[in-house]
Amino acid sequence: MTFLAKPKLHHPTLARNAIGYTRRDYEGKISTLCAGCGHDSISAAIIQACWELEVEPHRVAKLSGIGCSSKTPDYFLGNSHGFNSVHGRMPSVLTGANLANRDLIYLGVSGDGDSASIGLGQFAHAMRRGVNMAYIVENNGVYGLTKGQFSATADQGSKSKRGAVNNDSPIDMASIALQLGATFVARSFSGDKQQLVPLVKAALAHPGAAFIDVISPCVAFNNHAGSTRSYDYVREHNDAVNRLDFMPRREPIGAQYEPGTVIDITQHDGSVLRLRKLDVEYDPANRISAMNYIQEHQARGEIVTGLLYVDPAALDLHSHLNTVESPLNALSEPELCPGAAMLERINASLR
Amino acid sequence: MTTSSRRIEAINDFVVKFANVNGSGSASANELFAKSFLRMGIPVSPRNIFPSNIQGLPTWYEVRVTEQGYLGRRGGVDLMVAMNPQTWDKDIAEIEPGGYVFYDSTKAIPASRFRPDIHVIGVPLTEMCNAAYSDPRERQLLKNIMYVGALASMLGIDPEVIPQLLGEQYKGKDKLMTPNLDAFRKGFHYASEHLEDATGLRVQRAWNVGDRVFIDGNSAAALGCVYGGATVCAWYPITPSSSLAESFQKYCSRLRVDRESSHNRFAIVQAEDELASIGMVVGAGWNGSRAFTATSGPGISLMAEFIGLAYFAEIPVTIIDVQRGGPSTGMPTRTQQGDIAACAYASHGDTKHVLLLPEDPYECFEFSALALDLADRLQTPIFVMTDLDIGMNQRLSHPFEWDDSRRYDRGKVMSADALESGQEFGRYRDVDGDGIPYRTYPGTHPTKGSYFTRGTTKDPYARYSEAGPDYVENVQRLLRKFETAKRLVPRALIRQAAHKTPFGAIHYGSTSPAMCEASDVLDAQETHVDTLRIRAFPFTDEIARFIAEHDTVFVIEQNRDAQLRSMLINELGIDPAKLVPVLHYDGTPVTARFIVRELGARVTGANVEPIKRGQAAA
Repeated sequence: MTFLAKPKLHHPTLARNAIGYTRRDYEGKISTLCAGCGHDSISAAIIQACWELEVEPHRVAKLSGIGCSSKTPDYFLGNSHGFNSVHGRMPSVLTGANLANRDLIYLGVSGDGDSASIGLGQFAHAMRRGVNMAYIVENNGVYGLTKGQFSATADQGSKSKRGAVNNDSPIDMASIALQLGATFVARSFSGDKQQLVPLVKAALAHPGAAFIDVISPCVAFNNHAGSTRSYDYVREHNDAVNRLDFMPRREPIGAQYEPGTVIDITQHDGSVLRLRKLDVEYDPANRISAMNYIQEHQARGEIVTGLLYVDPAALDLHSHLNTVESPLNALSEPELCPGAAMLERINASLR
Repeated sequence: MTTSSRRIEAINDFVVKFANVNGSGSASANELFAKSFLRMGIPVSPRNIFPSNIQGLPTWYEVRVTEQGYLGRRGGVDLMVAMNPQTWDKDIAEIEPGGYVFYDSTKAIPASRFRPDIHVIGVPLTEMCNAAYSDPRERQLLKNIMYVGALASMLGIDPEVIPQLLGEQYKGKDKLMTPNLDAFRKGFHYASEHLEDATGLRVQRAWNVGDRVFIDGNSAAALGCVYGGATVCAWYPITPSSSLAESFQKYCSRLRVDRESSHNRFAIVQAEDELASIGMVVGAGWNGSRAFTATSGPGISLMAEFIGLAYFAEIPVTIIDVQRGGPSTGMPTRTQQGDIAACAYASHGDTKHVLLLPEDPYECFEFSALALDLADRLQTPIFVMTDLDIGMNQRLSHPFEWDDSRRYDRGKVMSADALESGQEFGRYRDVDGDGIPYRTYPGTHPTKGSYFTRGTTKDPYARYSEAGPDYVENVQRLLRKFETAKRLVPRALIRQAAHKTPFGAIHYGSTSPAMCEASDVLDAQETHVDTLRIRAFPFTDEIARFIAEHDTVFVIEQNRDAQLRSMLINELGIDPAKLVPVLHYDGTPVTARFIVRELGARVTGANVEPIKRGQAAA
């Protein structure tokens, strides 16, 4: 579908933000993901967030690894530089890019395979270092591009489309991010734009390592019964067997709910996501209580979403390295090269 | 105790080797010893031979004193300073007949542990130290300075030189200076009284050092990166490259801190592994900073995927590979030229990378700065292939030079103004026919010049494409770019033998000093061999000419598989029978003696009957 040109027709009444851009100016190419994919909803949320944030599109650098999620930066912010790097290595490439020019806004997009399996190490160290970035994991529990293998975030006991049971414990990226010292940790659901857009905006604006774990259903490879979260096992099982290679066109999942309530949302695959909005009393400034809260609710089968933790006084990697205010990539010879006279002195000290 | 009648007699031309225990503080004393010759105008070439260990294992320091300035390893030992009981027998066995052993005679050693054909020099170092100093650590450390004092006296080193060096080392630190000077004098005094004429090795003032500097290749490469404008260094500790990144930190702290704000004009990150260090370099290069990493063979293996990405997506990257013995963990503290092929063709698929092959610290400096220019110009990974022998040993080398009018070559970068003026931008368009496209830095222009970087195939406008013609044009353009690289890399250097000869020898990197010395010896023996030192890959045109002009060309390498020879055969279409491999790969630096023996036998044999084509080195 990337070969199709996206229509350039702009509706004359499209609203402009304070710096004169319409929402269309933040869009990218037409998505090549499956119709109804949760990832497309996240792309839409990013577009909305950037438009609302009134950032200049070209001042954002968007980086990703490999996989369905990592393809999405091509589908938003078409006037930004993008970098689809290698599998699991977005964090290091973004770290280097950030070191080179601290003036851009860095958006890292990754998936659960990209960040929880092959790239767990790089994810961990980017969080530890406090790289100033918004790190979004589009978490669907499966490898989409290679057709549905489990990822490391898949629940223990859940079944794959082909019937294999996942025996391994799931990795909870939000909990790990909290433990590693990320200064902004959130979880959301791709179908809950009302919750997600503000979180993306806050993450982009956060002056440190901001992490959002976004639950994003895979319509192609989790569309079967047998998931531990599925309550309509039989119906979904039949559906999967008979439509093995058929991609159903479905609308992205939507969910709206009030603070403090628990809502069950049926995914495309029939499994249930139990989403809990945080209490109004929840204190997102306390890392330890956030970790406890997540663990306690997870044990009850609930997925905690929202802004889980934020350190408003966060410092980033550049602060730790004490780098100059101007971007390193803008420094020129007089600022970088010590010159011939100094070299002569160095020579003299080596005799 | 001397039973031998033969004594090695030599002036300004001998090898002293120190056998020590790692962590005993011998390194600085031994370095002091080496430097004292330089101050007397006599070139030296020291080498650390050390274990992968912090404390307790044996370590050696070999100093070749060479008035003629032969800086390669000579082989053989004239005077062994045997301070390590663990390695005693091996150390004794290594001494040349008629040579000398210097040892701590506090405890008697039975005559059977010596050799009848060497001369024994004992100094009761422990006894003297225990008598003079009370602190146990001080006793250990000062023992080293004490033997330097004794050696200085025995060899005839100017007695003022070492106190002067100590003064420079401990400037403003009288507390350290006083006991060190005292220990030196005690050793010197003892030897003057008891050991007159104990050796036939002598030092005389000469004037052969000139304005050369004494520095290790890792420090030189780090300084080259500072001068070359590197602002981002991401690295992961690995012997023998770690001191390169640490030197970069040291030089940057001195030379790159903004005076007013005291902020750094550099960023150094010790990454979690080599995957991350190269990833950071790729990200920084993509974003317009000059960035480099320093590593060794195992790191290159880990970096391979990213190197392919940088090649295919065309991102400037500088990688300094301080080679050690491979494969696998191999010989982490020994030298080799074993990564040449792995780096030239790193990563899966069809790849070719630019390699620069420095011979010494001067070229480490030059080529590191050049690599940063070439990476920007060619938008591709550039490898500086040094090795442990160059990287971790101090070497006399030509003083560093910098022309203040030199400007960094940032390559083809399209500016916001150029984009605004309507110049067409296609990230992978070959506008100039040299295979090098234009790039833009992220954030340059609100509506023009952005593109999506990817490791997948793409068309000239960076749009995803798996169409065959797009792919073929793209990889053909990369070959055109590699041809362009040939015009930009350092040329090979030729040394003609005294007479016209059908024999040639090709060498590169740290083999250079041994080869130069071997050439002198071979010339003196009327065994004439022209030599060519390759300084880069892709192979510049004079290399093919040199091979064509000779009937037989020896290719001298420090690896088992004759890696560069294979590259010459493949890249230049050379008849394999014409290129005779001469290989030295036991982890020690190649010596002139080895080269003379290998080449001499073949050339002399060939004069009688033609050399068997394709004959491999023994």
